[in-house]
Amino acid sequence: MTSLFDIYVGEKRYGARPVLNDLRLALEAGQIVSLIGASGCGKSTLLSIAAGLDRDYRGEVLLDGVATSGISPAVGFIFQEPRLFPWLTVAQNIALGKGPGAQHDPLVESLLGEVGLSGYGDALPKQLSGGQAQRVAIARGLFTQPRVLLLDEPFSAVDAFTRMKLQDLLTRVAQEHALTVLLVTHDIDEALYLSDRVVLLDRGARAEFEVDLPRPRKRSDTSSGALKAAVLQALEEAHVA
Amino acid sequence: MNTRSIKLAVPAPRGATRRFALPLGLLLPAAVLVGAELGVRAGLIPANLLPAPSEIAQTIAYLAHNGLAGHIASSTLRVLLGFAAGAGLAVLLGAAVALNRRTEAVLDPSFQALRAIPSLAWVPLLLLWFGIDETPKLVLIAIGAFFPVYMGVSSGIRGVDRKLIEVAQLYQLGRVALARRVLLPAALPAVMTGLRNELSLAWMFMVAAELIAASQGLGYLLSDGRETSRADIVLAAIVLLAVLGKVSDSLMLALENRMLCWRDSYANRSAP
Repeated sequence: MTSLFDIYVGEKRYGARPVLNDLRLALEAGQIVSLIGASGCGKSTLLSIAAGLDRDYRGEVLLDGVATSGISPAVGFIFQEPRLFPWLTVAQNIALGKGPGAQHDPLVESLLGEVGLSGYGDALPKQLSGGQAQRVAIARGLFTQPRVLLLDEPFSAVDAFTRMKLQDLLTRVAQEHALTVLLVTHDIDEALYLSDRVVLLDRGARAEFEVDLPRPRKRSDTSSGALKAAVLQALEEAHVA
Repeated sequence: MNTRSIKLAVPAPRGATRRFALPLGLLLPAAVLVGAELGVRAGLIPANLLPAPSEIAQTIAYLAHNGLAGHIASSTLRVLLGFAAGAGLAVLLGAAVALNRRTEAVLDPSFQALRAIPSLAWVPLLLLWFGIDETPKLVLIAIGAFFPVYMGVSSGIRGVDRKLIEVAQLYQLGRVALARRVLLPAALPAVMTGLRNELSLAWMFMVAAELIAASQGLGYLLSDGRETSRADIVLAAIVLLAVLGKVSDSLMLALENRMLCWRDSYANRSAP
């Protein structure tokens, strides 16, 4: 048991429909793991369970060997959309969990600096672009100083150029904050570029691929080659099955 | 460059129609006023039924020197007090019903039933209970104005985006923080709409209350004008009610825009 974050789902169903079955996923400290799979294969459900948002399942989630009971500040979550509160300023959004007044916490300004939005603390979400809003969401996810960060297709709603910048931002903050990351994505290139391990999900973990490439990576390293072909092949088989 | 010019093109024609909308909107009332003035002077319209606009203006000027301020003040005060009482109760009860299932189960069916009663049906009962003093007037205004805000608050809170609630859960906001920082602000647009509707209803019920029994106020002027066959006084009071209603609604709208400046909507896209 050297892993930092263990997810075991014996069974998860929506009504009569089984979604996840006998799934075990272990993340070692500092690892970045991507989950890929067809729509409806249970990726987002698994993430909700890991975050403690969904507790209607059989199984357990262990952080550092200790079972978590529901939501924990040690596990951060970043949604597909920024989900900022439009009536709160950027700083208030980031410090949301800490109550009013916490927007003056020096951590807010330092996180804003880290995501490249220094001086935006008093702005309202409507003044931000989509990419900026997602940067604020990342800063909010980091504010509780989590050890594990879960991301649900976080960059799927932004343009390709912004996506590349956000991917690099994620790599950087994951390293600086010594985060263990579990990322759901549709994008195989993104999975290969960001992660140490890619898990293909289909009710259970169907296949795993180690991405044994040195960091910092170049996009050209991962966008072609045997590994991508193997992942694509496995994904295709999962679709057919 | 291309998309930019398209984006700018949208507000431009709107601004242009805006500029011309004011004179165009004034065209009809101006025509009616001129027509009435000419019609009365030419003897086509009986002046005792529809006095000439110039005569109404003179009546307003005369009233202004003979206690008009008192009439306006007492009417406005009644509206403000009734509005404050009705809105205050509505916000409290609407929030209580929307935030708690049990309160909703206990209170909401009764309120929905009460809402179905035309507010003026309360008048005889209010007169029996409170006499013809100030109290029945204020209670009537409060009752009449209660439901728009009640509905706005409860539906506004119920309609809050589930995705935002999920974020609040994730950051472990307590019940009070959830209500104060998430639910109430999210419900604010619906609440403000309810408040604006309530204000116009408050004016309406003020007139109803004053028509029934009052010795001062614009509603009193209306019934006094009728009893003394002075159509000019009746019309003067109507004009004043229109002005006061419009002014209070504009103030409410300004307040709404101020409180909802965070909205990223078509209506306030020009805000910073």
